[in-house]
Amino acid sequence: MTMKVEEKIALNAMKNDKKSHILFDQSKCSGCRERMCIAVCPAHLYSLNEETGEMVVEYAGCLECGTCLIACTYGSITWEYPDGEYGVQYRYG
Amino acid sequence: MDKIDAIVVGGGLAGLSAAYRLAGAGKQVILLERGDAPGSKNVTGGRIYMSPVRKYLPEIVDSAPFERRVVKELITVLDESSGLQFEYGNEKWKKEPYMSHTVLRAKFDSWFADQAAAKGAFIIPKKKVDDLLWEDGHVAGIRSGSEEIGAHVVIAADGALSFLAQKAGLRQPHKPENFAVAMKEIYQLDEKTIEERFGLGPDEGAAGLFMGSITRGMFGGGFLYTNRDTLSLGLVVGIDALSRRKGATTAPDLMEEFTKRPEVQRWIRGGELKEYSAHLISEAGIGTVPKLYTGGMLVSGDAAGFALNLGLTVRGMEFAIASGVMAADTAIEALEQNDLSEGSLSRYEKKLRESFVLQDMETFRHSKEVLDRQRFFTVYPRFMCELFDELFTIGDGPKESLYKTAKRVAKKHVLNMETVRDLMAARKV
Repeated sequence: MTMKVEEKIALNAMKNDKKSHILFDQSKCSGCRERMCIAVCPAHLYSLNEETGEMVVEYAGCLECGTCLIACTYGSITWEYPDGEYGVQYRYG
Repeated sequence: MDKIDAIVVGGGLAGLSAAYRLAGAGKQVILLERGDAPGSKNVTGGRIYMSPVRKYLPEIVDSAPFERRVVKELITVLDESSGLQFEYGNEKWKKEPYMSHTVLRAKFDSWFADQAAAKGAFIIPKKKVDDLLWEDGHVAGIRSGSEEIGAHVVIAADGALSFLAQKAGLRQPHKPENFAVAMKEIYQLDEKTIEERFGLGPDEGAAGLFMGSITRGMFGGGFLYTNRDTLSLGLVVGIDALSRRKGATTAPDLMEEFTKRPEVQRWIRGGELKEYSAHLISEAGIGTVPKLYTGGMLVSGDAAGFALNLGLTVRGMEFAIASGVMAADTAIEALEQNDLSEGSLSRYEKKLRESFVLQDMETFRHSKEVLDRQRFFTVYPRFMCELFDELFTIGDGPKESLYKTAKRVAKKHVLNMETVRDLMAARKV
């Protein structure tokens, strides 16, 4: 049985803020060929919108590890913890 | 500004240890945790070693709601389509004092927070700390949203990302080569099934380590821990290699591939997936430990880069507890002398240097550069799997002598200068 990462994330207890805690500087993204964020995010939240050429992040599924922030050596990602009350709430950890 | 004695930022093991200790000494302490409760943002692989931390917090260590005491170690070396498994068990691990326990952080940390609160610490959840307050070049408190709280000392226990250590100018931005990401899945299985499947008695647990082709040649490995009625299964992989697509894959795909291995399925089958989590791991050892103090502030636990991966043992929680206690003890002394200056707080580093925390980090200063040698994740696992494959295989022709087989396989993989270089490097650990 193969399980998609979206289905795995759906099992987590999460409370989502209306605003994203992850922001891009699209001008830096446009110069990036490697797309490290897409490779490293354990929740597979990052993608490139082929039509607009812009990076997109589904911040609502964020596991709050911060891996993308470290991997993006272009410094395009602004990443903060979600405000108190929001984000993932691990029941096992 | 009105000031309380101490603010602890972060309800992980470092922060909780510090708050417990400060409150126990009669100091006013507020612990701010961004999650719904301490533990709700925290993730561990799964095992804590008792001996290093017992002397720091004996009453916590000896009564904590751990999962199972580890009595056996399972090591699985994997090639693309074969696997070799060792099991090491020791009867003495079944007797007190137990060496290590498996642990789930949501349960343990929230219990620990209750103990700290009972000592008089104010634990405030759902409160994210946004910035530090400064006064005459010293840290003087924190800001959370529009709220400001003054304190004589701030203990930053805000995890591996530690934005506070960066804001205080104590460290540079993190680099991908110094960190790994861990992905972890929790599978629910009933207690009896776990005990039968792993060959365990009641309360006994197993710890598993997986290495080889599962990380596709990248730095990292897998882990498996038995909890009371769940299994913790995870994969750790270096961020630098992953981001450069050295394994030609993504993190979630690598995790999915790992869980599909028959050598993993045999343990988790029938289990119901309950949670999927991820966490950063500092892998660079003492090389990336930031400056640990400044006027009015101390840094402890993951925030201070205290973690040690020696391949077979991976530790972080003991460093968090011990450094949290030492940060608190330093703060208590400084508060009593009414001197929270950088010079006064430098005693924190002295305490750490006299303890296992900085001594172990120092002894294993080179562990990352040794473990980072790609052949440990490619050539050696393949050599071991292929050797056993050839020794076990009976083909249609006459069988070669065992010695000849071993020599031939060894020649193919490991009897070369690269191995000599790896061995030379390994002398550093």
